[in-house]
Amino acid sequence: MSVRIFVPADTAAVAMGADEIALAIELGARESGIPVEIVRNGSRGHIAIEPLVEVETAVGRVGYGPVTLADVPGLIAAGLFTAGPHAKRIGRPEETAFLRRQTRFTFSRCGLTDPLSLDDYRNHGGFAGFERALRLTPSEIIDEIDRSGLRGCGGAGFPAGLKWRTVLDADGPRKYIVCNADEGDSGTFADRMLLEGDPFTLIEGMLIAALAVGASEGFIYVRSEYPHAVQAIRRAIEIARSSGLLGETAGGRTRPFDIEVRVGAGAYVCGEETALLESLEGRRGQVRAKPPLPAHSGLWGRPTLVNNVLTFAAAPFILAEGGGAYASVGYGRSRGTMPFQLAGDIKFGGLFETPFGLSLEELIDSIGSGAATGRPIRAVQVGGPLGAYFPRSLFGTPLDYEAFAALEGLIGHGGVVVFNDTVDLLQQARFAMEFCAVESCGKCTPCRIGSTRGIELLDRIAAGARNAENIDLLSDLCDTMKVGSLCALGGLTPYPVLSALTHFAEDFSATRESGSTS
Amino acid sequence: MPSSAKPWDAIRAQDIIASHAGYQGALLPLLQAIQIEFACVPEQVVPLVAKALNLSRAEIHGVLTFYPDFKRSAPVGPVIRLCVAEACQARGGRQVQARLEAVLGCKIDGSVNSMGVALEAVYCLGLCASGPAAIVDGKLAARLEGVRLERLIERISA
Repeated sequence: MSVRIFVPADTAAVAMGADEIALAIELGARESGIPVEIVRNGSRGHIAIEPLVEVETAVGRVGYGPVTLADVPGLIAAGLFTAGPHAKRIGRPEETAFLRRQTRFTFSRCGLTDPLSLDDYRNHGGFAGFERALRLTPSEIIDEIDRSGLRGCGGAGFPAGLKWRTVLDADGPRKYIVCNADEGDSGTFADRMLLEGDPFTLIEGMLIAALAVGASEGFIYVRSEYPHAVQAIRRAIEIARSSGLLGETAGGRTRPFDIEVRVGAGAYVCGEETALLESLEGRRGQVRAKPPLPAHSGLWGRPTLVNNVLTFAAAPFILAEGGGAYASVGYGRSRGTMPFQLAGDIKFGGLFETPFGLSLEELIDSIGSGAATGRPIRAVQVGGPLGAYFPRSLFGTPLDYEAFAALEGLIGHGGVVVFNDTVDLLQQARFAMEFCAVESCGKCTPCRIGSTRGIELLDRIAAGARNAENIDLLSDLCDTMKVGSLCALGGLTPYPVLSALTHFAEDFSATRESGSTS
Repeated sequence: MPSSAKPWDAIRAQDIIASHAGYQGALLPLLQAIQIEFACVPEQVVPLVAKALNLSRAEIHGVLTFYPDFKRSAPVGPVIRLCVAEACQARGGRQVQARLEAVLGCKIDGSVNSMGVALEAVYCLGLCASGPAAIVDGKLAARLEGVRLERLIERISA
């Protein structure tokens, strides 16, 4: 019997040398004459201990982390293959506070299984949802999604069941489903982790959605900045196809269904669903005016269901366990769990799947254990580059779509970026405008021109020129962008700008010290 | 990567075009395949693609200039793509950028220094809990601080 060793192939582990570590362990085992099987699993999401090397023992898996290449000889000498003691030994990973406190519905398998093993997937509850969906009518599948209260995880939080039913009810000989894996928000990496660590969950979710809406073809649009994710999902699709889960027979359905992966080309705006459809059709990623909704007229004018990776990936749990089980946790109208992503200056960052309703304070101070640098935390940006900056006085806010909307903020795709006291919120506001100017598709004027005027205004404010007047003008400009832009890029860029201005006014005053406030 | 970039070859280009022309929405995957082969999308390929996909050259130009990934000429040396987005900023990304700009003697706008090294900005690599992050010639690097940053600088200025 060979010893099973787990070394994640997740981007976050690979960027810290996991490939070289895996190779060194394999060579070391050969030299010691110990037969080993190296499994390249996904990440469990506890990024502070990545690369996390695990060894399977009779009493469960024992972890070592964060491991460096230089640690490997010492680890082997200390008896890695029998889970021997070592300074980097952390015991059972699932018992660490960061992992123990999570409620994993969508990410239940991520980090545990071999991402490309269908047997592993099945042995960990995979395909139970799809098998149940095969016994239901399309409308019954969507009833289950409705009962779960699932909302689109891409950012807008639109009720998933309603969207699915709109596509089901749309007439058309051909319908598409499109998975938006163009995860461009800084501070987010949940889509990437799932694509790399448990791709069959996404495939199963898309199979369920295809059954529900009557689609024959699916696309996954992955950003080019995620080369490992592209490779992982492509290989998983090949495996699913060769075992009959995709293609003509599509897992025992009467209708064929297949999935194709398309790769983005560096444009953030393609994460907007209509720009994404334009890009898939082979054009510039320019936003379309709505209506018509993609659900009625989407890809090549056909009814199209566009959802984020996490939305599709929630479906297998909901179908397997029932919509009620999913909805039994949550807060207000935000039901179920959200895989939040804790990033920036935080001691324990990573993926934290938890029911909605946890406060920012608990997430940052208790789970994240404060700033990695040990400095005081001054601001948190939730929801990516279009999300608001919150000061400590708002850290009591529960993570809930409505609670954040009431404070002119958003949950978005669940990214939480922590900034310490050296942050200059005027510079962050300027960056928001700059990002909008760089990434604007150019179709509507408030976004295309407004963002550049915003940069100029913020530079003038930074220089201390006629501050009150320029701040008024900036607020006006933000109003115009909010109500006049065609999509969320121009429409939500004012959120980080205005929140910085409102909650951190001292950084915009005429007497501000230039640069950092520390 | 410059070492693997192949010189222009019209027959090879036509092969790539032929194998992609049948796709629905073929233009992006086709241009990406061309770029993998030639490390850029050479000017000569534009009329060939236009003919095969029944598009105007202007339409192809529009796509090539819209998406930042498409390069019009092959890089001459190593390419450093440093993440400049918020989560990396919060972990000291701005300082890493300033350091790299100083060491390389070029700005982070895709410009190339005297050694042929290019510095480019990228907005998020999904390494937000282990920034500052970069891709150096296709290889990922995270936690670019202290010794890890110095080692990277040594490697690229060698």
